[in-house]
Amino acid sequence: MNKDVIITLNDISVAFDGETVLNHLNLDIRDGEFVTILGPSGCGKTTTLRIIAGFQEPDSGDVLFGTKVMNGVPAHNRPVNTIFQRYALFPHLNVYDNVAFGLRVRKVKEDQIKEKVEEMLRLVDLKGFNRRSIDSLSGGQQQRVAIARALAVDPQVLLLDEPLGALDLKLRKDMQKELKDIQQRLGITFIYVTHDQEEALSMSDKVVVMDKGEIQQIGTPTDIYNEPSNAFVADFIGESNILDGIMLEDYKVRFSGRVFDCVDKGFEPNEPVDVVIRPEDVDVCPVNEGMLTGTVTSVTFKGVHYEIIVDIRGFKWMIQSTDIQYEGERIGIHIKPDEIHIMKKSCYSGLYGDYSSFSDEMDYIDDPDVDISDINDITELSDE
Amino acid sequence: MELNFSSKTYNGITAPYALWMAVFIVAPLLIVFYYAFTDASGAFSLSSIQSLGRYTDTILRSVYFGLLATVICLVLAYPLAWIFSKTKSGTQKVLVMLIMIPMWMNFILRTYSIMVLFEETGIINNFLRGLGLSPLHLINTSGAVIFGMVYNYVPFMILPLYTTMTKLDHKYLEAARDLGANGFQVLKDVMLPLTKSGIVSGVTMVFVPSVSTFYISQKLGGGRYTLIGDVIEMQFQTAYNYHLGAAISLILMIFILISLAVMNRAGGTENGAVVV
Amino acid sequence: MKKRVGALSWLYLICFMLLLYAPIMVLIIFSFNATNSTSVFGGFSLYWYRELFRDAATITAFKNTVILAVVSSIVSTVLGTVSAVGYHYSRTRWYKRALMTTTNIPMMNPDIVTGISMMLLFVFVGTLLHVTGVLGFTTMLIAHITFQLPYVILNVLPRLSAMDPYLTEAAMDLGCTPVGAFFKITLPEIRSGVLAGLIMAFTLSLDDFVISYFVSGPTFQTLPIRIYSMTKKRVTPDMYALSAIIFVVMLILLIVINVMEDREIGDYRERRREARRAREQEVAVE
Repeated sequence: MNKDVIITLNDISVAFDGETVLNHLNLDIRDGEFVTILGPSGCGKTTTLRIIAGFQEPDSGDVLFGTKVMNGVPAHNRPVNTIFQRYALFPHLNVYDNVAFGLRVRKVKEDQIKEKVEEMLRLVDLKGFNRRSIDSLSGGQQQRVAIARALAVDPQVLLLDEPLGALDLKLRKDMQKELKDIQQRLGITFIYVTHDQEEALSMSDKVVVMDKGEIQQIGTPTDIYNEPSNAFVADFIGESNILDGIMLEDYKVRFSGRVFDCVDKGFEPNEPVDVVIRPEDVDVCPVNEGMLTGTVTSVTFKGVHYEIIVDIRGFKWMIQSTDIQYEGERIGIHIKPDEIHIMKKSCYSGLYGDYSSFSDEMDYIDDPDVDISDINDITELSDE
Repeated sequence: MELNFSSKTYNGITAPYALWMAVFIVAPLLIVFYYAFTDASGAFSLSSIQSLGRYTDTILRSVYFGLLATVICLVLAYPLAWIFSKTKSGTQKVLVMLIMIPMWMNFILRTYSIMVLFEETGIINNFLRGLGLSPLHLINTSGAVIFGMVYNYVPFMILPLYTTMTKLDHKYLEAARDLGANGFQVLKDVMLPLTKSGIVSGVTMVFVPSVSTFYISQKLGGGRYTLIGDVIEMQFQTAYNYHLGAAISLILMIFILISLAVMNRAGGTENGAVVV
Repeated sequence: MKKRVGALSWLYLICFMLLLYAPIMVLIIFSFNATNSTSVFGGFSLYWYRELFRDAATITAFKNTVILAVVSSIVSTVLGTVSAVGYHYSRTRWYKRALMTTTNIPMMNPDIVTGISMMLLFVFVGTLLHVTGVLGFTTMLIAHITFQLPYVILNVLPRLSAMDPYLTEAAMDLGCTPVGAFFKITLPEIRSGVLAGLIMAFTLSLDDFVISYFVSGPTFQTLPIRIYSMTKKRVTPDMYALSAIIFVVMLILLIVINVMEDREIGDYRERRREARRAREQEVAVE
């Protein structure tokens, strides 16, 4: 699958009020790919999308569509379309007129518009909604209209800025499937921005992990998960225990006071490294059989498995196991060589991967997706 | 939120407006200054400013009448706005409309109609005579002038008060009652601080036109209670002493600026108190 | 919420309304007076209405008022709306603050000061150009546009802030030029504010006396100025007839605006209910 590169970001830098948002970013996007730009809020992912869409000009660097430099070409002259975070449907137009908007701007004949709009509404499963006003649609339906509106003008590339952020979890899962389905059916390129790693892993052909205006890693979902390039990626994608280690020689790494066999090579002798071990890859065993031993400090039932925090030589490990353990108990752990992943030291080393202050609640506090639009609606109504 | 337009483009769109306001709002005020400090020959002169002393009585009377009218408006409007806010929302709409309709009547006609009522041979006195009572001396009194101000400007007090009161959460009042406050304490410690923004804008909106009015006093005061607005009008329309008129206008502006500043300060500090 | 309005409150409210409407009612009643007395009712007649329409000066003043109101309110609405959009998207902080301060001056300044300051400007420029009699339609028009502009801007700005900022981007994304996006998206979105500004500008123009009084000349008189000059003498009831007509027109205008608003809010509520139903269905399906 070596298709043509259709979008190239070449050494892009952007700063707002002196603060760096994108730092010498380079990215190639190939035709027909489902690319996800994944990262925490403020990592520059939305800015990257806006640069492609033409809403934002880079301070330096080039945007190329194919081989054509697009710098300075305004949004309305670019062959890409965007699905906005809160859809940005035109409230004074009904469903039909929203979907027809881009075609009317292009002065397409009304009978052709009608055909295309009907086709698009069928595609997103909203047949018969033509005359409905936008206010009367649920979030999921509005989402579908937004997709139909953007696809009606046959973009080469569809940009999606956290399109499912405002939806309920359950609806979100369905829409993920549907979006992926639409992308495969139409064969157009999707560039999808999200902070939700699950979404990124389940939908994409290629994931671009960003932080602090820089790309941390580009790869397939499996690559990203199994071979994270640094502590940030390891921590951001899934759960990870990240330990300081020393690469003694090829296939030999020392951490937690013990030498382990591993499958990595190519480091300097005695090079300090970060060692990543996924919680589900750690096997619990009796103390006397364990490669390492520690004390269970907390156990949380998660449905499929138990989440066990174990204190091993002062480092809190997270282990996922289907067998129950009890707080205060001493257990041993066993790790297979191919479950040990070695990474070069980076600026993120030592910041992540220790579960000593772990709490479930943190996830919710970080979640920027508190939906305020409903609240706004209510106050708007009472104001009038 | 950055659009693909620079801020400059948007500033450019506002340029005609900025220019318009500079020429027709800012420049005229500068010309007021210019006239206030020059004489008929165009030379710098303080004679207009110096002759302001003659109008001390007028200025003081204007401020006094204006304050009195403002206080009366506040006292009348406060309970009224409160009653408004407690009626059903449909009724509220009608009541607000009823308050607004007279505002759309011409100000001159409104004032004139009061004169018709108050005159020696006006409707009130004719009515009293009909009942065999002795007529009242209503027109050409200071009371009539203040009545005229209150009548004309009281809607400006009611509407902002009403707006803040509809936003007021009645639970606060219930909470205060629950905590043992009596009616007066609820009013003083809860209602007034919470409706302060309405009071401030209402007071401003009544005081500014009251203190600067010029027709009311002529019609209802019979020329006996000359106000600052009358003096300015006279200088521009009959005496043609623009320099003196400009000087008096300057004084009026300064008065208004000071009172606005005081109002904003009062609003500001009380705000702090509410937070504490 | 428990809300009770006691009998005493109602009594106060009714007394207040009676007092507020007494002078207006007197005017209307006496406009139908058969005699020219303004205090003794001598029988019903439409004499003063006929008299009013026979008075050429009043008719001219009426025409002038309408022309002035229409022209000035359209100019101020167009200029004000465009300026509000520019102001809203501008990011130059000092410039925005300066603009807003200037916008507030005519709203804070007493009308009489606004009036005389503009008169002085016109006279000053007239003297510089050695022109006499500068005061007339043009000066009136300028003055009316000037005092209406802030009201238009302050009516449009809240609509702009309430608008989803991504709408214009979405329009451009779909191929609209920035100017096209303004007409296709922004303008329909803020139309209620623009309309409110227009209506306010129009009525302010119709009603204004104080500022007009200083910047008008003998060549161009509006109704309020005509009324003022009539009240200098003993007024005849044809002025009452005029005020009765103005009153009724204003009343109708206000009711129409209110009904329109009510209908809009009603429609909006209905659509929200529908959205809620759609959402519930979505959840139920799963």
